[in-house]
Amino acid sequence: MADLTFADGVGRQVDYWLTVWKRTWRSSVVTSFISPLFYVVAMGVLLGGFVDADPAELEGATSYLAFVVPGLIAAHAMQTAVGETTWPVMGMIKWHKVYDSMLATPLEVQHVVGAHLGAVIVRLAATCGVFTVVLVPFGVYESWWGPVLAFGSQVLCGTAFAMVVYGFSTRSKSEEVFNVVFRLGVLPMFLFSGAFFPIANLGDAGAAVARLTPLWHGVNLSRMFALDHVTWWVAGVNVAVLLALCAVGWAWSVSGLRKRLVS
Amino acid sequence: MTAPTEATAPATVRPLSAGAAAYLLVLRNLMVFRTQWKLFVTGFLEPVLYLFSIGVGVGVLVDGFEVAGQEVSYAAFVAPGMLAASAFNGALMDSTYRVFFKLKYDKLYDQVLATPMSTADVARGEIAWGQLRGGTYSAAFLVVMLAMGLLESWWALLALPAALLIGFAMSAVCMAATTYMKSWQDFDKITLVQLPLFLFSATFFPVDTYPASIRWLVEATPLYRGVVLCRELTLGAPTWASLVSVAYLLVLGAIGLVVVRRRLDTLLLT
Repeated sequence: MADLTFADGVGRQVDYWLTVWKRTWRSSVVTSFISPLFYVVAMGVLLGGFVDADPAELEGATSYLAFVVPGLIAAHAMQTAVGETTWPVMGMIKWHKVYDSMLATPLEVQHVVGAHLGAVIVRLAATCGVFTVVLVPFGVYESWWGPVLAFGSQVLCGTAFAMVVYGFSTRSKSEEVFNVVFRLGVLPMFLFSGAFFPIANLGDAGAAVARLTPLWHGVNLSRMFALDHVTWWVAGVNVAVLLALCAVGWAWSVSGLRKRLVS
Repeated sequence: MTAPTEATAPATVRPLSAGAAAYLLVLRNLMVFRTQWKLFVTGFLEPVLYLFSIGVGVGVLVDGFEVAGQEVSYAAFVAPGMLAASAFNGALMDSTYRVFFKLKYDKLYDQVLATPMSTADVARGEIAWGQLRGGTYSAAFLVVMLAMGLLESWWALLALPAALLIGFAMSAVCMAATTYMKSWQDFDKITLVQLPLFLFSATFFPVDTYPASIRWLVEATPLYRGVVLCRELTLGAPTWASLVSVAYLLVLGAIGLVVVRRRLDTLLLT
């Protein structure tokens, strides 16, 4: 049996994921687009109307809406990524056993992981892309290239979460632990990693902890670009941290699935 | 046919009283939850985290609002909103996803109805359990508010029954809605109702933010009634108009309960 190249192995699953996407995109419209839009209107527009927009206090933003939007999209990328790599991955391993059937073909573990994560990244790009475009008329962006780089940051942020959480899911025996992941990981990060307010408001110690969370790196990067208020060395650190998480997460995911299903 | 003799007569089944039946179902839920205590404990965290993030973190950026003639800090404004929203969300989760699972996959109620319990007992038992769980969270949240100095008067003691009332009304209505669900896809519609209610029911900003044409609509929603009720109580400013909210939620819950019972009859007994 000739060994498949990585591109070949992933390529052979494109039609599978396309079929899944075609059948399920409708139900993802609510969670992907409508829910975050509700947050933008409630927090950004309505609550934002009561916030004194002092750029010195808002990391350079001239309105609370402009401040909160890039952070919200990055946080939404995290939630989408975690949602797509917890229950669905367990389903493929344990309930529907789709991975088993895939691995019974010439496909190998890294191809299966690559195609699934690829599908998640496409979905992240679609969600963040639509979102970024929808928000253009709100007048929250400072330059034309800012939102483009911000979009890249949001997808990178989501990808880092997807890769790490995928690795975690391959090692989880029961889905109950996912609820705890959401409550003790995703929700606190959503609320405290600078999406809703500058982490400076948390005090020195709190801000230091917030800077350790992966979400802050994504939020910060996305916001700096969207507001055209970039400190380049910080941006470099943010990108490096997210890329490192992707690399570690990838290795962890492939080894996790191999242990679970092959050896 | 001759009358059955004493030896072959079926053992008389003593019908359970409503209280005893509800107690049994609550006990069953409690036993199941003992293995999922992590979920139980972490459930309490959600409103507290929102309070610290939005109330305190974002609160630094907001000047505070005037409620019933008194100036209140943003945290004191948001906290009762979180109390009400958490009672609402908790009741919603318990009586939609969980009930749907039990109804459709576990077939739990089919088993329950094979015992001397009735569909009304199922409705009452599930709601009682939800109240017990939600009430625990609400009480703990009120303690957090007290520790943060966000309770302005003794009226705040009544915020606990108020939260229970919200939970009761929402449990009944959501359980009624769940009986109409066909698949998990239908739950998108629940999110579509839940999230706007959570975000727009004057939880995070006062209702006069809205233009008059939308404002009446917000004021007519159940969570808004719950939020203002809790806010009036924790800020020590209840009025006779508060009773409107109480009556609204009681009626809503009662209607929900009737519908649940009827629907369960159709789904499980015909």
